[in-house]
Amino acid sequence: MPKQIILAAHFPGVNNQTVWSDPESGSQIDFASFVHLARTAERGKFDFFFLAEGLRLREQHGQIYDLDVVGRPDSLTVLAALAAVTSRLGLAGTMNATFREPYELARQLATLDHLSAGRAGWNVVTSSDAFTGENFRRGGFLDHGLRYERAAEFVRVARRLWDSWPAGAVLGDQLTGRFVREPDPGAFAHHGEQFDIAGHFTVPRSPQGHPVVIQAGDSPQGREFAAAEADAIFSRHGTLEAGQAFYADVKSRLVRYGRSPDDLKIIPGVTFVLGDTDAEAQERARHIRRQQVSPQTAIRLLEQVWNRDLSGYDPDGPLPAEDPDVSDRSVIAGRTRMHADPVDTARKWRELAEAKGLGIRELVIEVTGRQSFIGSPERVAGELDHFVQSDAADGFILVPHLTPGGLDEFVDRVVPLLQERGVFRTEYTTTTLRGHLGLGPPRAGRVTPGHVDAAGAAAGAGRPAVPA
Amino acid sequence: MPHPPLHLAVALDGAGWHPAAWRVAAVEPGTLFSAGYWAGLVAEAERGLLDFVTIEDSLDLQSTRPDGPDGRTDQVRGRLDAVLLAARIAPLTSHIGLIPTTSTTHTEPFHVSTGIATLDHVSSGRAGWRPRVSARRSEAAHFGRRELPELRPDRLDEPGYVQLVGDLFAEAADAVEVVRRLWDSWQDDAVIRDVSTGRFVDRDRLHYADFRGRWFSVKGPSIVPRPPQGQPVVAALAHSSVPYAFAAGSADVVFVTPSDAAQAEAIVTEVRAAEETVGRTGAPLRILADLTVLLDEDDSTARRLRDRLTGLHGGEFDSDAASFTGTPGRLAEQLGQWRRVGLDGFRLRPAVLPHDLTAITRQLVPALRDRGLFRDAYPGGTLRDLLGLPRPANRYAAVASA
Ligand SMILES: Cc1cc2nc3c(=O)[nH]c(=O)nc-3n(C[C@H](O)[C@H](O)[C@H](O)COP(=O)(O)O)c2cc1C
Repeated sequence: MPKQIILAAHFPGVNNQTVWSDPESGSQIDFASFVHLARTAERGKFDFFFLAEGLRLREQHGQIYDLDVVGRPDSLTVLAALAAVTSRLGLAGTMNATFREPYELARQLATLDHLSAGRAGWNVVTSSDAFTGENFRRGGFLDHGLRYERAAEFVRVARRLWDSWPAGAVLGDQLTGRFVREPDPGAFAHHGEQFDIAGHFTVPRSPQGHPVVIQAGDSPQGREFAAAEADAIFSRHGTLEAGQAFYADVKSRLVRYGRSPDDLKIIPGVTFVLGDTDAEAQERARHIRRQQVSPQTAIRLLEQVWNRDLSGYDPDGPLPAEDPDVSDRSVIAGRTRMHADPVDTARKWRELAEAKGLGIRELVIEVTGRQSFIGSPERVAGELDHFVQSDAADGFILVPHLTPGGLDEFVDRVVPLLQERGVFRTEYTTTTLRGHLGLGPPRAGRVTPGHVDAAGAAAGAGRPAVPA
Repeated sequence: MPHPPLHLAVALDGAGWHPAAWRVAAVEPGTLFSAGYWAGLVAEAERGLLDFVTIEDSLDLQSTRPDGPDGRTDQVRGRLDAVLLAARIAPLTSHIGLIPTTSTTHTEPFHVSTGIATLDHVSSGRAGWRPRVSARRSEAAHFGRRELPELRPDRLDEPGYVQLVGDLFAEAADAVEVVRRLWDSWQDDAVIRDVSTGRFVDRDRLHYADFRGRWFSVKGPSIVPRPPQGQPVVAALAHSSVPYAFAAGSADVVFVTPSDAAQAEAIVTEVRAAEETVGRTGAPLRILADLTVLLDEDDSTARRLRDRLTGLHGGEFDSDAASFTGTPGRLAEQLGQWRRVGLDGFRLRPAVLPHDLTAITRQLVPALRDRGLFRDAYPGGTLRDLLGLPRPANRYAAVASA
């Protein structure tokens, strides 16, 4: 049997990939938008619904960034509400471990797992970002290496808490009057570097035991953390070759933790554009790119590379002749700097613009955010399948460009083709997210052999450029 | 009608408020941790046209001891997160208010603000929030961020403890202030979708909360657009002067625990005085009295059930609120009398779920209606509307346009 594809639906994010100027673009906050996308995904037999998170509004030049969609709900709360209007779809959200405490988040996730009858998932992200920290008691601190230490310890504590009520701890025997089998269930103690806590967890073991743990982060430390702790990894590798390299690298790290390649699913976030024909899809893709990169957005995106105020530049005019500012001072706050070597990027972009005779906006359209899969439903289904069968991925987190209807066409036209190919389910055969993903029972909160921090440091501190 | 109709709510917790409730309840005890159980309860409360339900919560295990676990196996132990429970129920209901509890001592105000704002969005304006302080050392140990002394009832009057309680409530007031600022940090019309300038929001309509206090600082703005109610309803349970002042300064609704009508009158007077003292502006607090209720067809059946519960529990059940045992008709009479001292309504704590909830919705409510004390339909609108609270102007919009 060919490898089965994992599919997830990403609610459109707060970045320029989400087109809000289109007449079909709906509310980013009304619950109806979330219901529509979740029900569409469930109609398409998707594995899960996915939410990103950002705990502070982004800024550029010290001002709130106003060109992209802004504002979203609290992930956990909206996922709990979606559990009421779906029945099989996994419900996964991003929750930053830097600004939460294990006791509380483990409790919320176990609650979500109960309330969804076993469909909860957690994308663990970490932040070293003092800017976001200004919204929290804890503040922002943690350097890059340390935040994965915190994340790894956080996940280990969470697993311990999820294991603190054994299965069957709730007897509820009305005749004998025994509600719980043992006195004081949920006892735990953890004395670690990051957390020193003890007491009793309040949530009985949830249907999945442990909610599905997802990791998103690309550095060596991030990959090692995923290999040690995660059930799935949300990556960003858009090309077949980059995907295969990432896949091979991450899967090879698993053996060190006594895990098999099937224990960690690799699910890149991807975009798509469909058309009746490939040519029509290409035409739509160009149209969407123009919507995603308004004249104003083009200047702002260019500023993220140049790290300078370029508001005086004409979006249709040539690129700045001056080089990027490579000092530590950043014009952007609240999002990751995407370009490892901005001077080099600027040089390449200038050369490309000159060679093709492109103005700023056209150039930005050319070099950023090209959609991952463009074509007729047949072509897109074929390429997705090829990606998975050739081990560039185990599946995809699809990021539509429109709220809330951006997935409709995919579900109507591509899913049936994947089903015909025998690489995607035609009905749900399991009830839990772990079941959908083909994951075994959760591993008990164990102490990892090869320590994440040590292994991460050994793998090198350099950060690869994230492909734009 | 001599008075506006009274406000009626139920407080949901576990299998009911009597510790032996789960022994006699007609529900499989294991279902206490399922969505279906809670959805059924709230649907029943909505059938009775109640104003809202509250959902209890705490960041540690239930216990009969003031601080720390008690080793008992014969009572309900374990609880789900109340905000998520409320969110899970919101799409299944359409009129009733949902008021979950969170801790102001341990939970980040930013997360509370976005969580309750989201609850308000997913319920189309039916969210409330009950902030509570966490004084127990056992709760603090789950976070490992602050040391609290053991909570001992015999030491509550010691100066150090009085200071601690004062601080916990002062911190709670700061938390409510932050949460409220964040709710206002987006003006209602912040999203403009102006294609000509490429702007999705008007950033002049987004505001920093810029809160700095003794316990925390929060910058803002919120990540969540302003909730439909503008400000979801804040409700506090209060037993004495420090929490009365907290409620007067921070809440929209206060739950009080008089033992009889005379005490209810004294408490109403004290709460109104606290409003004066803190210089409260805007709508006065809605004062609801808490009452644990055990209801049945006739008084003797109700008493028999109470005796059975007492036997199973191994003693009288001891509670911060007064208990009523009897018929719904007699309860309606008592509520009618109590409310004359100036109470706006009641939050009833069903002793046994769903037994006493059903008695409230199917018998008490009609009995109150017969006396002209309760409405016969939902008027439509938000929880604030239901409580007669106006939608508050945005504090920042006023400044911005001034
Ligand atoms: C595909 C992907 C999705 C991410 N989504 C989020 C998110 O929703 N919220 C967030 O705070 N960080 C998010 N991150 C950021 C990561 O948590 C992490 O901070 C970042 O990738 C830098 O870590 P690294 O150096 O290990 O790559 C995401 C990262 C990736 C690769």
